[in-house]
Parts: sequence; C-alpha cells; structure tokens
Amino acid sequence: MTTATISATSVDRDAEGFLTDPQQWSERLAEEIARENGIEELTERHWLVVRFMRDRYLTTGSAPSIRSLGKESGVPVKELYQLFPKGPAKLAAKIGGIPKPKGCI
Amino acid sequence: MTTVLEEPKLEVVEPKTIEKVSIVVSKGSLEGVYPALIMANGARMDGIEADLFFTFFGLDAIRKDRYEKIKVATVGNPGLHMPTMLGALPGFSSLVTRMMTRQMEKIDIPPIPEFIELVADSGVRLYACKASVDMFGLTMEDFVPQVEDIISVGEFYAKAAGSQVIFT
Repeated sequence: MTTATISATSVDRDAEGFLTDPQQWSERLAEEIARENGIEELTERHWLVVRFMRDRYLTTGSAPSIRSLGKESGVPVKELYQLFPKGPAKLAAKIGGIPKPKGCI
Repeated sequence: MTTVLEEPKLEVVEPKTIEKVSIVVSKGSLEGVYPALIMANGARMDGIEADLFFTFFGLDAIRKDRYEKIKVATVGNPGLHMPTMLGALPGFSSLVTRMMTRQMEKIDIPPIPEFIELVADSGVRLYACKASVDMFGLTMEDFVPQVEDIISVGEFYAKAAGSQVIFT
C-alpha cells in the first residue's frame, strides 16, 4: 500500500491505484484520478456511472458486474466503453474511490 | 590459443501486458461456449482487445435458430460424475442445462443470447469460420446481427496479429 498525495490531501491507495478507504474519497479526488487514467474531463455521463458504482458498493458491499452496470446505471454497455475505454467497471471503481471489482463478469 | 569469452549479461525483461486475445470457439455445448464468452468479456473489462472466431459446432452460438438452445453435453462428460446411460435419457441434457443456467444467473452470468449482445456491445468482434460455414451450407442470413463477417483461417490469423490465440 502506498500513500499518495493528491490535491494536497494524502490518501491510501493499493498498488494499482485503488483507494483502500472509500471514506477518503472526494469529487475533486475523482477528477484527479480520472486525469491520471487518461480521462481529461468527467462529463455528466461519467459521473452517472461513477456515482452508481460507488452507491452500489457502499450499500451492498460489492461493485456491480458490467452486466448490471449496463442494465441499471442508465448508461448502456456500448456507451460505457466509449466513456471508459480501458474497462468501465474497473476505471469507474477507481475514480469512485472503491476497491477493484472482483467478479469475472 | 584460448580466449575467455565475456559472460553475456542477462537482461531483466519486465513482463508485458496482454494487449489482445483471439479466441477460437470450436464446440457447440454450453460448457464449450461459456468459457470463451467469459474470457472475451473479461478481456474487454480489462481494456484488452478481443476477437471471437466461431468454427465447427461453435457456430451454434451465433446461429439465430440455435443460440437459444445451447445445451450441456451430458453424454461422455466425466465432469458431471453421472453414469453415461443416465446422461443419454431423453430430456436429461435440458434438465442439467436448466439447473446450470439457474446457477449462472445467480452469479450474474447472462444467458447466451444476452451474453453475445453484451460482448458485441463491449467491442468484441465476432467472426464465423468460412470453411465451417461452407460445410454446413450457411450464409450471413443464418447468423445473429452481431456477427461482423465470414472469414477464412488466413484472414483470422491476419486479424490476430500481435494477439494471444486461445482455442476452446
């Protein structure tokens, strides 16, 4: 685990850059993590996905699958990949300050 | 005269990440099709490019008239730990398929038609093998709309340039 200083606040992140404590998350931080991962600006559509991932994790304790992300977030699968080309579920989890999704789907 | 050769220095090569996978689906059973779909979807989820090449009975997974009827092979499948004679009983394959499908739904694995749509929407490209298509007397009309093209083995290899080829 490493401690990274982002936006002058120090947060704990794992080797892949996922926050280890979701409580350390902020919207400002989300924007910085997005930029680190090649997303210059988070649009409303990005935010919809990020917030859905985060809410789902905080209420159920696990991140949604790509299947339910596509069905329930309000953003269809095709668009998810346009918004997060390097993998919607993982990147949205990283930006949303929750651990890396563990499922295979 | 002898000369002492310098020992070559060993270079440490960092393992590279996989950038692309090309998966060949050759079986038309449930347990033949699902692993390929799960691996293709999983690749996309990690930002890895993925192609699916359906050949022989694997074509059933993209045939309009068959892709809703993919079944578990209950005969000659030691993994089921059941007598082969039992597996051959009428309706047994459908029963086992229903049981497995229910289990998969519980862990959020979609049925094959929805899964084909999911992987295609995720950017996986689906191709049918020309030799098999000709052998079974099929055309593009027989396939689901997500199938991009009917291609030869040579074209498959050309598209697979730089990728890891996986045969299932």
